Amino acid sequence: MSDLVKSALPGARAEGLVSIEEMGLSGMVTLRVDLSAAGAAIAQVTGADMPGPRAISAGQGCHVAWMSPDELLILCDHARADAMVADLTAALEGQHHLAVNVSDARALFRVSGPGGALRDTLAKITPADMSADALPPGEMRRTRLQQVAGAIWFESETEARVICFRSVARYTFDLLAMSAKPGGAVGYH
Amino acid sequence: MLTFTCPYCGVTACEAELSPGGEAHLKRFGPGSTDEQFEDYLFLRPNVKGVHFERWRHAMGCGKWFLAARDTATLEVFGTYKAQTTEPPADIVAAIRAKRPDWSLT
Amino acid sequence: MSTRLSTGGRLIDRSRKIAFTFNGKRLTGHPGDTLASALLASGQTIMGRSFKYHRPRGVVASGAEEPNALVNLGQGKTHEPNQRATTTELFDGLTATSQNHWPSLEWDIGEVNALLPRFLPAGFYYKTFIHPRAFWKHVFEPFIRQSAGLGKAPDPKQTDPDRYEHFYAHTDVVIAGGGIAGLQAALEAGRAGAKVILCEQTAHWGGRAPVDGVEIDGKPAEDWINDTVQVLEGMENVHLRLRTMVAGVYDHGYILAYERVADHAPAADTPRHRLWRIRTARVIAATGALERPLSFPGNDKPGVMLASAMRDYITNWGVSPGDRTVVVTNNDDAYRTALAIKAAGLDVPCIVDAREEADGPLVQEARARGIRVLTGMGIANVKGLRGVVAVQLCRQAGEGAVVEDIVCDAVAMSGGWSPVVHLWSHCGGKLTWDKAGAFFRPDHDRPPTDQTGEGFVVCAGAADGALHATDCLSNASTSARNMLVSMGKPAPEAEVAKATAAHEAPLAPIWVMPQGAGPKKRSKMWLDFQNDVKVSDVQLAAREGYESVEHTKRYTTLGMATDQGKLSNINGLAVLADALGEDIPRVGTTTFRPPYTPISMGAIAGEARGEIFQPLRRTPLHDWHVDHNAYMEPVGHWRRAYCYPQKGESHRDAVNREIDATRGGLGLLDASTLGKIIVKGPDAGRFMDMLYTNMMSSLKPGKCRYGLMCSENGFLMDDGVVARIDEDTFLCHTTTGGADRIHAHMEDWLQCEWWDWKVYTANVTEQWAQIGVVGPKSRAVLEKLGTDMDLSNAALPFMGWTAGKVGGFDMRIFRIAFAGELSFEVSVPASQGRALWDALHEAGQEFGVTAYGTEAMHVMRAEKGFIMIGDETDGTVIPQDLGLDWAISKKKEDYLGKRAQERSHMTDPTRWKLVGLETLDGSVIPDGSYAVAEGVNANGQGMTQGRVTSTYYSPTLKRGIAMGLVLNGPDRMGEVIEFNTTKKPAKGETPKTVKAKIVSPVFYDPEGEKQNV
Repeated sequence: MSDLVKSALPGARAEGLVSIEEMGLSGMVTLRVDLSAAGAAIAQVTGADMPGPRAISAGQGCHVAWMSPDELLILCDHARADAMVADLTAALEGQHHLAVNVSDARALFRVSGPGGALRDTLAKITPADMSADALPPGEMRRTRLQQVAGAIWFESETEARVICFRSVARYTFDLLAMSAKPGGAVGYH
Repeated sequence: MLTFTCPYCGVTACEAELSPGGEAHLKRFGPGSTDEQFEDYLFLRPNVKGVHFERWRHAMGCGKWFLAARDTATLEVFGTYKAQTTEPPADIVAAIRAKRPDWSLT
Repeated sequence: MSTRLSTGGRLIDRSRKIAFTFNGKRLTGHPGDTLASALLASGQTIMGRSFKYHRPRGVVASGAEEPNALVNLGQGKTHEPNQRATTTELFDGLTATSQNHWPSLEWDIGEVNALLPRFLPAGFYYKTFIHPRAFWKHVFEPFIRQSAGLGKAPDPKQTDPDRYEHFYAHTDVVIAGGGIAGLQAALEAGRAGAKVILCEQTAHWGGRAPVDGVEIDGKPAEDWINDTVQVLEGMENVHLRLRTMVAGVYDHGYILAYERVADHAPAADTPRHRLWRIRTARVIAATGALERPLSFPGNDKPGVMLASAMRDYITNWGVSPGDRTVVVTNNDDAYRTALAIKAAGLDVPCIVDAREEADGPLVQEARARGIRVLTGMGIANVKGLRGVVAVQLCRQAGEGAVVEDIVCDAVAMSGGWSPVVHLWSHCGGKLTWDKAGAFFRPDHDRPPTDQTGEGFVVCAGAADGALHATDCLSNASTSARNMLVSMGKPAPEAEVAKATAAHEAPLAPIWVMPQGAGPKKRSKMWLDFQNDVKVSDVQLAAREGYESVEHTKRYTTLGMATDQGKLSNINGLAVLADALGEDIPRVGTTTFRPPYTPISMGAIAGEARGEIFQPLRRTPLHDWHVDHNAYMEPVGHWRRAYCYPQKGESHRDAVNREIDATRGGLGLLDASTLGKIIVKGPDAGRFMDMLYTNMMSSLKPGKCRYGLMCSENGFLMDDGVVARIDEDTFLCHTTTGGADRIHAHMEDWLQCEWWDWKVYTANVTEQWAQIGVVGPKSRAVLEKLGTDMDLSNAALPFMGWTAGKVGGFDMRIFRIAFAGELSFEVSVPASQGRALWDALHEAGQEFGVTAYGTEAMHVMRAEKGFIMIGDETDGTVIPQDLGLDWAISKKKEDYLGKRAQERSHMTDPTRWKLVGLETLDGSVIPDGSYAVAEGVNANGQGMTQGRVTSTYYSPTLKRGIAMGLVLNGPDRMGEVIEFNTTKKPAKGETPKTVKAKIVSPVFYDPEGEKQNV
């Protein structure tokens, strides 16, 4: 079965001013709950501290991203997502919440390269401020990627993640590849 | 292209990341209301030139609806605030008064 | 005749030559040339023809304000019209052709227009072509079509091979203009620690200062410019950008800047243009000033040029515009041109100064060089047809009696300078009239304001009215420093460099030369060269009652199109003010609109072309559809398979085959695009009851219910099947286009109205691949794959749902039927979708498995009388119109739309209602047909009594079937009514109609025996 399970653009890769690659299947869980009263449950299930607004905090084998005052996105192994939902549901027993596996609803890209070129490439497709002080590693910016919704965060100064809905994975990949085409260096960031 | 700061996630978003939702602080009238009340609720808008309370959704972001006080003529934004209120909060009213002494919330 | 000088030219590299062609002629220039300077150097003084009169025109300016020298650049795929020769950097292999002439630039048949000026006065569009009526079609229109427009539109069949892109930048300060004022402002802002983007539209820093002989701190301006650029390049917070024009200033500090990345080097593998979309706290417009022409008879002839442009050509590009140049002026600055011409070894037979007295240092210097200076004089006429051969002089104060002929081949004119205030004005900055300088400058008390209510644009240097170099740097410094204080980033103390240049005496405002010129002379004085607007046109407009400057602009076309008031504005205003007997500030100016100069369509489109013109949403099964020859149709941004034609099949053949196979055995539909939204919480039932017209809170877990959603206006906005997952949780299916909209609608009510209700939603549309497994063999195929669920009718009845494993897949199964057959809508995580689809095809071979598309789906649902949002509804239809009263709860006190549905218009018994329609002859009623009624309305149009909403050929019934909304329809079963058709009736014949019988909309299996097995 596992070899039949496919991400949105298996193996998609482009090279240019920066490298772009689809990261394959990854686990994602949407949790909607009053975040001010869910810290203990989150810590228990993920090992992560409750992230502050727009922040991503690291847990045991997973990351917890702040999406809105009552929404988190938990990133983990694809195979672990269903168990994550079950664990969260159990830990939040008796508390109004919604935990749901959304792993297959999205596509995830790794964009890597020299810091300036990386931020310049992303600044071609999003109106959000891509400067290092506006979006340091560890913070997620939900925004638009030209005509579609998406989110961007930096793992380090040389590696970023771009996430979008699965149906527009091809569009987003093509956008990134076009923006990274050789000859298009801007030198702004 | 306007910018507003989302009071939920703190992002200063540009208009392309937002969807507009028309006038804020409308009181809903449902079954049992008179034709006049319902007409007023659903259709009649003052379309003011000047201070205006309006709804925006941070659609390409945290997804939350928020409210803004804005001058429709100069596009000055006096402040944004959370949608879970039936009237403009005191600090927003004070911020407007500071800039528009003649204005009053009626 | 213009030519290349043997020495000079600070911007060109004389050691190298590059080749280009103009109208097929092979010419050469040097790196650093513009197309205009290279053409002048090659003796090509005529560069285009004017718009209205097709008059031969030469280059007037040397920069972005050029009105005449617009050319077609490139050929075939790269052809682009209306490119300014003055801002086109020369490159090897450039090809250009001139515009707006036939048959040739030198001899143009349209020049005859100039002989018939009474046909083309101001407002000629509005008054000339009205009578006699028949003339419009046969005389005027062909004439206008032949001569309309300047350049040739690119061939629509050719695709632009270049690439374009956008770039979003966020900064504290954008500085427009890299002249000495812009550089000084950047120094201040850079030292203050602000993030700065400094844009210069040309390829060079420093602007006019090096040409105008300015000295800074005792050294040539060029030294200071080089030093300053070096200092700025060393600042991490300052970003410098050449060939980048700030095109527009918009609300809340939004700036568009247009970077011509590769226009000067087209072979490179770079984007051609880049559109910078900048958010900035402040803008400094250091955009300089533009010289104004003087209005004397014949001022548009090739060889008549702005004085500043002439010294640009001499100093920057080593080009002589003529051997003998007469300088005509109302100010001291133009004397610099006379001195530059003299210094280049060329003749200045005289300087014609309209002022009664002229004695400034520059005037004295000119006299000392032996140049004859004539004061109180003007030009009465310019002699020559395709160039200048002589000027005739007159007294400026008189009516134009000729006192002397001066033989010459060029004229340099200067009517003074106007600050470039466009960027100040784009977002609402107001202007004030500077009487001494006779120009509009920014009114500092009325700046454009941003989101905080603060002014966010300042002008610096000449753009602020500090025209003289001596004031320019200090003005730029002060403007920038004040602005930095206002943004809380004060600049550290630093000495401002001292700029020096010769003192200039005040100008004399001269708007018409000579001042007493009669009508004949005034009709030869051009105000707007590009649009052929003359002094006489503006005066005519005033006589005809056009008092507002905005109206006059449109009536005469003054300052329209690419000019945007750059050259023509002040002169035109002054003439209008004089004609109206008003003063200039009272008449005011027209509105400057962005872009400052035109930007390319490619830059606006950016990357959005070809495959990424729009995001196409693809389902997990998309590739299979494409591999199987699906004809894809757009549904919102989704692409869905419409049908899968096999070899030799038409679309209709394919649809019919797909329906027959589905009803006869097994069909598979990719239904992944259906919206899926989870609604969960203790108040979920209550919320669902408000969202849907039906009672949803009573739905039992494990069951499904079809539901309708209305807007607060009462109109049907979406429909779909709701499954109750558990006590707290519902799964709402929406239409394909509806998921995002309905999710937003839910969140709106939850966040803004019922925020105390405990309900969470999540849009999980894309988490699932959903497949309709449809037909008598649908249960068999699922069972064949192997399942741990009991799929029998008893265990999983119609409108039930369950979850478990089928063939190793994690599956949810919904017993719902849109086609009216036994069917199972199954969903698996999107990552498993393609594997499941393949497995179903493999297992379904023995049942004749057939993939069907959206058209077969539409036909089958119409055979069953099911409505489709967007077909039966159009935003004006309520559920009651569609006979869906059964899906509207009578028990609920409230739901969204309930109050609206009680309004008198909604309960009107004459609202058209849904019925089925069966044509008597079995044909298909044309889409969009109306049911005709007796009589005509007030406009003489035929009355109607209904319309078709869905119409198809039914392969099941082998005839045309339709649904429609008809007046009193449900009460008229069996009645025959007529629908119009699009067939054009023969002459004298009445329009053809098609007769149809009103029937029940359920054509197929009305008892539901097929789906309930």
